[in-house]
Amino acid sequence: MRIAVASGKGGTGKTTVATSLALSLAPRGNVWYVDCDVEAPNGHIFLKPQFNQALPAGIRIPKIDPELCSLCGRCVEVCQFHALAKIGKTILVFPQLCHGCGSCTWNCPEQAITEQFTPIGSLELGRTESGLNFAHGILTISEPMATPVIRQLKRQQQFTDCDVIVFDAPPGASCSVVETLRGVDFVLLVTEPTPFGLHDLKQMLGIVSEMGLPAGLVINRESGAYPPLAELCASAKLPVLMRIPFNRQYAEGLAKGQTLIQIAPEYVKLFQEVYDQISTILNLPGSQAEPNQEKP
Amino acid sequence: MIVIISAQQAQLDGPIDVRFGRCSWLLRIDTDTHQWEAFQNPGINQSGGAGVAAAQFAIDQHANAVISGDFGPNAANALRAAGVEMYRLVDGASTPQQALDLYTQGKLIAF
Repeated sequence: MRIAVASGKGGTGKTTVATSLALSLAPRGNVWYVDCDVEAPNGHIFLKPQFNQALPAGIRIPKIDPELCSLCGRCVEVCQFHALAKIGKTILVFPQLCHGCGSCTWNCPEQAITEQFTPIGSLELGRTESGLNFAHGILTISEPMATPVIRQLKRQQQFTDCDVIVFDAPPGASCSVVETLRGVDFVLLVTEPTPFGLHDLKQMLGIVSEMGLPAGLVINRESGAYPPLAELCASAKLPVLMRIPFNRQYAEGLAKGQTLIQIAPEYVKLFQEVYDQISTILNLPGSQAEPNQEKP
Repeated sequence: MIVIISAQQAQLDGPIDVRFGRCSWLLRIDTDTHQWEAFQNPGINQSGGAGVAAAQFAIDQHANAVISGDFGPNAANALRAAGVEMYRLVDGASTPQQALDLYTQGKLIAF
């Protein structure tokens, strides 16, 4: 099963939830924690993996052969990102605007375009001491585009035969988040009972509903009632799968780089129950991690 | 000479727009015939590459010079490669007409 942990607002507890969820499920099967927040990955701070593989991540940027180019301007026309401009007798390429989509290459009537792999980040894969598989992407500082790194990270071969993948999404409600959510089975939203948390939760619900993905909610740092959030959950039919109370001890432990289940081991069972509830929502057989099994 | 000036409105005496890639209008002025025409900036609604889109427009219009508040690196590279001169606005140029007058008097700063 592929679960994405997302929130909209930053600092609501995505990594807290994602790391502890993955750790709690690891004893049940082959589980991956995948940090898709490639602009500021931080899952490794809590999970402390040993890396055994590093790969470059990049995009394919067009290179135009002036001998073959007839200056028809078709590539400039089809580029949705204005990464190409026709200037006098040359086609100028703006690598930082290029999304590596390949439209120019595809549409060039002269086949004058070849693509050159240009690194914009890297991927690292490894394993934690407790046997959880770990992967994250890192976007090179000053590179503007996170989505190609996320896309390549999610495509790793090793993920195909595992039981559970927990994708830790980037904050916000933009392209990087959509890229992380693409192809997952379930979105676990994390919010905090504040107006800001509520506002961004609504943004996320918009994305999730447009992508047609089932979702559930974790309310973090709960202290007392916050009616607007309860009302939203009721009207959006969003099931609350876990409530983590505000607790100074949790905050202190997290600040030291501990995971929630290290600070409060009773959460192992609670996270396993969250997984079981997700399986029920998705109508999967049994409560164990058996995503490959077909429904009878 | 063809001069293109970024503007908030399709008027010579309206407010100027200090942004190049994200301005609302691009005014194309022929300094020889004194004819002018306003074009909607093709870059304004682009999620990215607005500067390049506006620069491509200016190049396609055979502009000799472009006047705006500032130019981003991509727009500047495109305009420079095409040999289009870039000028930055100075105090006292709050309408396209004033900017054009200062340009013809040689009082604008080359980018």
